[in-house]
Amino acid sequence: MSIFIDENTRVVVQGITGRDGSFHARGMKEYGTKVVAGVTPGKGGKDVDGIPVFDTVREAVQKTEANTSVIYVPAFAASDAMLEAADAGVQLVVCITEGVPVLDMVRVKDVFIEKGIRLIGPNSPGLISPGKSKVGIMPGAIHIPGPVGLISRSGTLTYEVVHSLTRSGVGQSTCMGIGGDPIIGTKYIDALAAFEKDPQTEAIVLIGEIGGSDEEDAAAYIRKEISMPVVSFIAGQTAPPGKRMGHAGAIISGSSGRAEDKIAALKEVGVKVAAIPSEIGPLMAKTLGVAK
Amino acid sequence: MNIHEFEAKQLFADADIPVQEQRVASTVDGALTAAKALGFPLVVKAQVHTGGRGKAGGVKLAKDEDELKEYATAILGMDIKSHTVRKLLIVPAADIAHEFYVGVVMDRRRGCPVLMVSSEGGVDIEEVARTSPDKIATVPLPDVRLKAHQAREIAFGMVKGSKVPLRMADILVKLVNVYREREASLAEINPLIITTDDGVIALDAKFVADDNALFRQTKVAGFRDVEEEGRDENEARENDLSYIRLDGSIGCLVNGAGLAMATMDVISHFKGTPANFLDIGGSSRPEKVMAAMDILCRDENVRVILINIFGGITRCDDVAKGLVEALKKRPTALPLVIRLTGTNEDAGRQIIASELPDVTTAATMDEAVQAAVALAQAPTA
Repeated sequence: MSIFIDENTRVVVQGITGRDGSFHARGMKEYGTKVVAGVTPGKGGKDVDGIPVFDTVREAVQKTEANTSVIYVPAFAASDAMLEAADAGVQLVVCITEGVPVLDMVRVKDVFIEKGIRLIGPNSPGLISPGKSKVGIMPGAIHIPGPVGLISRSGTLTYEVVHSLTRSGVGQSTCMGIGGDPIIGTKYIDALAAFEKDPQTEAIVLIGEIGGSDEEDAAAYIRKEISMPVVSFIAGQTAPPGKRMGHAGAIISGSSGRAEDKIAALKEVGVKVAAIPSEIGPLMAKTLGVAK
Repeated sequence: MNIHEFEAKQLFADADIPVQEQRVASTVDGALTAAKALGFPLVVKAQVHTGGRGKAGGVKLAKDEDELKEYATAILGMDIKSHTVRKLLIVPAADIAHEFYVGVVMDRRRGCPVLMVSSEGGVDIEEVARTSPDKIATVPLPDVRLKAHQAREIAFGMVKGSKVPLRMADILVKLVNVYREREASLAEINPLIITTDDGVIALDAKFVADDNALFRQTKVAGFRDVEEEGRDENEARENDLSYIRLDGSIGCLVNGAGLAMATMDVISHFKGTPANFLDIGGSSRPEKVMAAMDILCRDENVRVILINIFGGITRCDDVAKGLVEALKKRPTALPLVIRLTGTNEDAGRQIIASELPDVTTAATMDEAVQAAVALAQAPTA
């Protein structure tokens, strides 16, 4: 098993004729993902590497039975693209686009909650269930199937940690970037709940960063609901307050959002917090008794 | 993005929030001219993108021309938390009967903005939140609008009388409107004052823009203060780089914000000091690498440059090519440490080995950081 995506995931790529959309549609297909459709308004009837292109998501879903959408459209059009996917009847929407205005997300997130559709992102690298399906932009080759579920607010830092796990002989059930923005569809606790229920997942890696209080919320949730071991790393321990560290959500405001508070909250509930990312692989191997 | 107080007051005035008549001056003579229009006593306020202006001596009450001259001279050019004062805001002195705090801010946990109002105005709201949270009224705004009756409920709960609470309620609704229509991440009046003659006025104003919305907020985007933000940060932004200067000795060039933060943390773990945060983003065009190298090489604290790339969308061979090109056009005497992992790493490493034989290469982030720390601490030749 795995969470949110597997070999039955049928993907429609919104923005498939764009530079990023076409590149990553190809990358997902090469990984083995069932990429069944693409959407670019006005380009219906064409194809990208044999993937049929439609004018609307609704038509793509009706004709190809796509159940998951991944969005690579520019920021100004991204909130409409998310709402279009929600209306078209997919079960999961993954928004890769970075730079979506925050007030747009206040509204969009509520629509997804009302409809009961899962949204991952925006500003997410996507997710991968190794050996089954990849919906996003991560390099597939660094992943191997296994028992560890991974959740992160970052992209390349996630790859760094996956690399550390794989080199330690620890495979992954699903690795997911929930996005670096202040308002996102799926939070740590949603992913933690799904991993707890997943029979393949035996341990969890939680990669956090400065800004907001989602890591503290995750710590409270872990104490109550999570029975498996959790290993963590929090980025931004040396970040200055008041400065936005790349991600729209990565900012220490006054005394809130500091790395030290997140680390303390996680340690208090028994989470092993690594000092540097490279410690995570060996730490997880030891936790799971994996011999390389 | 931050904007100045006088600009925030323009946005507030556009929304019919009462603010004082104001003048902006960048010279002492300009301040004196402004005084002729406004009359004494008046208040001179440093315009910088940081708090703590009052404590730093950047806000003064001037009773006459001599005092104004003295204060304007002292404040212009003053350094407040590494921000140089280039502009003064000049406003009439106000007769304050009471001060309130009013702010609209994004509450990430709730997933919507909240309005906060406190009867303890003019002080640090975080301090109030810690010491007397019962003095803050908080209203979640799921549709980013404050209903008139919600505003009245707060105002009549905090202020006695009939006209004054109604005036205050009106301002609360309008502040939420500014927040929504101008797409802020923070809109704040601290203090909102009640004057001795029952006026209600925004005596100070703070507005932080949502950077992601600036493409459609042209008025707000026009308030960008390039001088205030600094040359390096601006050049970085124009090249789609995300750069923040720090004060260490290891210049960092990294792809991805999370990895860039982690790189700083790992440097610190191995007892080095990062000179900056720099995320070159997903694309690896040579011009971007070149612009990044320019910015790092200009920082006189930098003793070594550490390039840490984990290729996903970013291809290692593209970064290597960009670096070779950048160094051809802008050679540097600084030592370089390069770590390339991920998409097309073999091709990238080959380019580095043949074109840049003198640089230090490393297979992992830890090795690269340790090499950079050693080079940064080595005595200068």
